[in-house]
Parts: sequence; C-alpha cells; structure tokens
Amino acid sequence: MSAESPTVSPAREAVGAEERAYVASPWQLMWWKLRRHKAAIASAVVIVLLYLVALSCEFLAPYDPIKYDIKYTYAPPQRIRFLDENGLHLRPFVYGITPSRDPYTLEMIYKTDQTKRYPIYFLVHGTPYRLWGRFASDLHLFGVTDPEGTLFLFGTDRQGQDVFSRVVYGTRISMSIGLVGVLLSLFLGVLIGGLSGYYGGIVDDMIQRVIEFLRSMPSIPLWMALSAALPAQWPALRVYFGITVILSLISWTWLARVVRGRFLSLREEEFVMAAKLSGSSELRIILRHMVPSFLSHIIASMTLSIPDMILSETALSFLGLGLRPPIISWGVLLKDAQNVQSVVLAPWLFIPGVFVVIAVLAFNFLGDGLRDAADPYAR
Amino acid sequence: MLQYIGRRLLMLIPTLIAISIISFVIIQLPPGDFLTAYLGQLRTTGTELDESEIAAMRVRYGLDTPIYVQYAKWMWGVLHGDFGMSFLWNKPVSELIGERLALTFVISLTTLMVTWIIALPIGVYSATHQYSVGDYFFTAISFIGKGIPDFMIALILMWIALSKFGVSAGGLFSSAYREAPWSMAKVWDLLKHLWVPTIVLGLGGTAGLIRVMRANLLDELHKPYVNTARAKGLTERRTLWKYPVRLALNPFVSTVGFSLPGLISGATIISVVLNLPTNGPLMLGALTSQDMYLAGSFVLILSAATVIGTFISDILLAWLDPRIRLGRS
Repeated sequence: MSAESPTVSPAREAVGAEERAYVASPWQLMWWKLRRHKAAIASAVVIVLLYLVALSCEFLAPYDPIKYDIKYTYAPPQRIRFLDENGLHLRPFVYGITPSRDPYTLEMIYKTDQTKRYPIYFLVHGTPYRLWGRFASDLHLFGVTDPEGTLFLFGTDRQGQDVFSRVVYGTRISMSIGLVGVLLSLFLGVLIGGLSGYYGGIVDDMIQRVIEFLRSMPSIPLWMALSAALPAQWPALRVYFGITVILSLISWTWLARVVRGRFLSLREEEFVMAAKLSGSSELRIILRHMVPSFLSHIIASMTLSIPDMILSETALSFLGLGLRPPIISWGVLLKDAQNVQSVVLAPWLFIPGVFVVIAVLAFNFLGDGLRDAADPYAR
Repeated sequence: MLQYIGRRLLMLIPTLIAISIISFVIIQLPPGDFLTAYLGQLRTTGTELDESEIAAMRVRYGLDTPIYVQYAKWMWGVLHGDFGMSFLWNKPVSELIGERLALTFVISLTTLMVTWIIALPIGVYSATHQYSVGDYFFTAISFIGKGIPDFMIALILMWIALSKFGVSAGGLFSSAYREAPWSMAKVWDLLKHLWVPTIVLGLGGTAGLIRVMRANLLDELHKPYVNTARAKGLTERRTLWKYPVRLALNPFVSTVGFSLPGLISGATIISVVLNLPTNGPLMLGALTSQDMYLAGSFVLILSAATVIGTFISDILLAWLDPRIRLGRS
C-alpha cells in the first residue's frame, strides 16, 4: 500500500486500513484474522502437504504397498546417509542389509553391510502403476535402482511390506474418509436443518424429535453395531462407503441444529424480508442470502469435526470393524501394532500412528483458528 | 418441578420403545444369523450337520419364527429381567453381563474420579492465569492428549513396560490371583494393576475437561457479579470458588449423564488392548459373532443408559440452575 503512495502520512495510512476493513468482504476479514494465527497457518500447510501426499501416493511411494517379501520381515528402518569412509557424498545412499535368523529364538536379525552401497536416485523407473487408476506409469519420486538393494525408510512389517509405502498409500484413505464423511454430514445437516429452520411448525417439530432420538443413541456401540453389520463379503470400496455413511450418521445432527438455529434467527432479518418482497424464490433466498451469512461458521465447525472422523475410522479399523485389508488406511496399518510382542520387536509399526496424531492436531489447530477468525466479536 | 419430572418420565417411554426396536433391527442387519455363522465355523473344522439337525437347532434357538415374534418374545423376557440366552457362551445374558459389571464399574468410576480431580483444578488455574506459561503448557498437553488415539497410548505404555522393565502391563490381576477368591491380597493386586487403565482412559477425558472448564470459567470471570463480589470485600479465593467456579460447573453436570453408558460398557478398545475383563470385549465379541441376544442386550442397555443418563442430567441441572426451570415453565 505504501509502495503505491509513498507520500501518505502514517495517520492517513491507518485511516486507509480502517476503511479497507469497512469495505472488505467477510471472507477477506476472516483471512486477515486467520493470517495472524501462526499455529493455524502452519497447520494449514501441514494439511495441504498431507493432501498432496494423498493425491500422488503412487508416485511418492517407492514400492508397491502390497508387494511382500518374506526375506525381509520386520526389517528395521534404513538410514539415509551422506558420509562413508571415503568422506562426504552429494548423492544420498543406504547401506545394504543382510537378513539372518537367530538359531535359538528364530528371530530375524539384520546386519548393516557397509560393503554394499546403494545410491538413491530421484525419478527412477520402478513398479508400474496407474495414477488415480487411469494414467499408466512406472516413474517414482525416488528409489534405489539396483534390484539387489532395498530402501525401507520406515522398516517393514510382518510380511516384509515396506511401511513407508503403506503409510503413504494409507494417507489417501485416512485423509479422505474424514472429508467425505464430513461433506456427507454437511449436506444432510444443511438440508435437513435448513428445512427445519425455514419452515418451522410441524416439520420442525418432527425433525427435532428425530434428531433428539438419534442423539440419544450412544454413538460408539451404535457405530460398532452398524460396522459389524457390514457384510464380510462386501467389496472393499463398498465397505469404505459404508463406514463413511456410518460415521456421518450421528454427526449430521449437531450440524442440523446449528443450521436450524441460524435459519430461525435469520428468517426475521430485514434483508430476507427485502428479498422476499422483491420476489425472490425460496431457493434463491436460502442459497444466495441466508447460507453465505453463516457458511464461515459452518466451515470452522466442519474442520473441527474432521479429526473426530479420522480418529473414529482409526479406532474402528484397529478393532477390525472398519476398513479391512487389502484397503490400506492408518487404522488398518496400526492393527499390525495390536500385539505388544510384535511392537517390542518392531517399534516402527507405530509410525502410522504418528501420522494420525499429526493430522488430528493439524486439523484441530486450523479449526480453532478458523473458529476464532469466523467469529466477528472475537478480538 | 415434580410436574417437569413427570412429563420427562412420560416422554422416556416412547423413546425407550423406539430404542428397543432399533437395537433389535441393528442386530438383524447382517445377512444370516447366529446359526449360519456357527455352521460356517463348524465347516472349517470339518464337521457337517445334516438338514434335520440344522432345522432342530433352528427351532431350539427360536430362529424359525418371524422377526416380530422373536422381538415380542425377547421384549417380554426383558421386561421380566430375562435378556435371553447367549448362543456363544450358552449362558443367560444377564449372568454374563453381571459377572463383569463390578470390575467394569471399578475401572470406569476410578477413571472418572481421577479425571475430575485432575482436570478441574488445572482448568481453573488455566482460566485464572490465562496466557501464562502454565496455561500454554497445559493447553499444549491437552491438545496432544486429545490428538493421540487412546489405544495408542495404551500400546505405548505396554511397550515401554515390556521393553524397559520386562513386565506385562495388561490385565487387571497377576496370574496368581486371576482365579483366586476375593481377599485383601487380591484387592491389593487389583490396585497395583489399576493405574495403567486409569492413566490411559483418563488422559483423553482430562484433556477435554481442561479445555471445557477453562472456556466456561473464562466466560464467567468477566461478568459483573464477580466485580460485585470483589467490591463486597471477599478475598480473591472466596470470590473465585464461591461464584464463577460453581456456575462454570453447570455444563459438566449436563454431561455427567453421558458417562452412564461408559460405566457399563467400559472403554471397549482400551479393554481389548489392555486385556481387561470388562464388558467391552464381551460386547465386541457378541457383535462380530452375531450372538444376537447378547449383542442386542448390550445395545439396548447402553442406549437406555444414555437416555436415562440424559434424564438425570436434566433433572440435576434444573435443580442446580434456577434459570433453566424458569425458562421451561
């Protein structure tokens, strides 16, 4: 601003900023407030990164997530190195690992073999895949080219599957299941809550009774009962859809309440009356005039409900009631860590859980920031 | 007040009936019934039953009658305190749930008390010392406590116990006392094992409660009546505990009813991970093996507990907060 008019005095500039706030749209005001919330912005960056991973997991994962190799069960994570006895290398590499079995406990033992060096290259050709099930390719972001070498950044699991690749693939399902579930409950909540608040009277009464009833059902046994009711022979995709529906079944009710409350108070506002008098259709009044005035608030609450959905999916899958292999989600991966014995043997099985925590915290911080930003009375 | 309670009680009846129907429907949702699941299990072990035997079993379990007849029979029993038989355990459902109820209650109640005892003072501290180092510290802790799935905390605790100290943190009793009759030594053994589930179960709840208490109290602290109390010459401590803290507790009272179903089921996931003999794993097993009367009874009892808990909360709240009573009448 000062760059455009360097002669403006500081006082004038302050007035300019204030005027700018008067004419700014609600979205702009919200953005200005959110920008000051450092934790929320950092979280937003983390979330964007996670979704980028989810979008490009075929390209990012060095291995096929269901490729197994019993030669490498419970292999520990390999360290990426730049230094060896010859000094510094600009190209990172990993040392080879040689598996052997303890003759007494039959436990797998891995020795780092410093004589074998496998350099890591970017954009290597590896396992062929179809990006988003559509574009055939075999290009991976990074990997080792030597077929003898391995690159297990997060180690391997009981079947010798690469945990890093599986976590990357799990990101797609785990990050989207919350989103799809929330969108579904947003749709139901706005539609039903809107009907309830806009029409009032008997429609409102009936919808409120239904909501009260649904809320009186305890959510966790209900989720568990419904998930157990998903037939075992369902294809993976349908199970995924079933779980999202189950997750959103309860959460639409509180959203419907919020929307209804807003509708009830907005219905009396002058601008709605004005729109009515100028002959707008009901749909136009709702979509053009009423929804925008509380959308920011709804979006903030939605952001806060995504982590709950991620946690619910994780918990259900962990119990074996949610998603099942061959679908890969963080919850499914954590199921491998259910046995303490295997965790003692392979602590890296916890890594998917770390991602759950990161995602949940990021959504919580962002949601908190959005809520503060969307509140016009907050300082 | 009495009229209010009476009206609420009358409203409970249709809700409970609807819940019983839904519970039964949910249990019937999976394709097949207990018998098909059971036969499938037998088949994997190589046992084949012929048609007449299957038909006989179907009659014995009452699976040959239409669904509404099964429902009516079951409800008739429930009203007389008989929740039906568990096919899986071959025992009455009420006996199975009753066996585990005492221990479930012990764990859940201990956790609830520990949660409140820790969370309330910290919440009050955070609110009265807003934006202090302590406040930021507890806020960070509570965010992390809410972010980590509780079963992971359980797993990590067990992992540390096993790898660092070589002890198993699961279960509620040492193997010596598991089948032993009750004695002082067994109670002591129980107390020694109780801390792990208490920590795990309490952490998430404590984190949530701290946030709620802090927010509630912050809302109250800047109201005029607090100034009035101060102007009257009350000490800072008396002002705080006598007025705003009491009001900030109201939302807690309204949620205490929701802990009722939790007291009965125990935290299912944690119980599975920590191998606790609570009702949770029993319910999980019943749901997955389609043991319909056991599973149905659980859903029914827990749903009824939620409804009754909400009822208790509402009564408590109306009794505590006169504004609510005025608002309703």
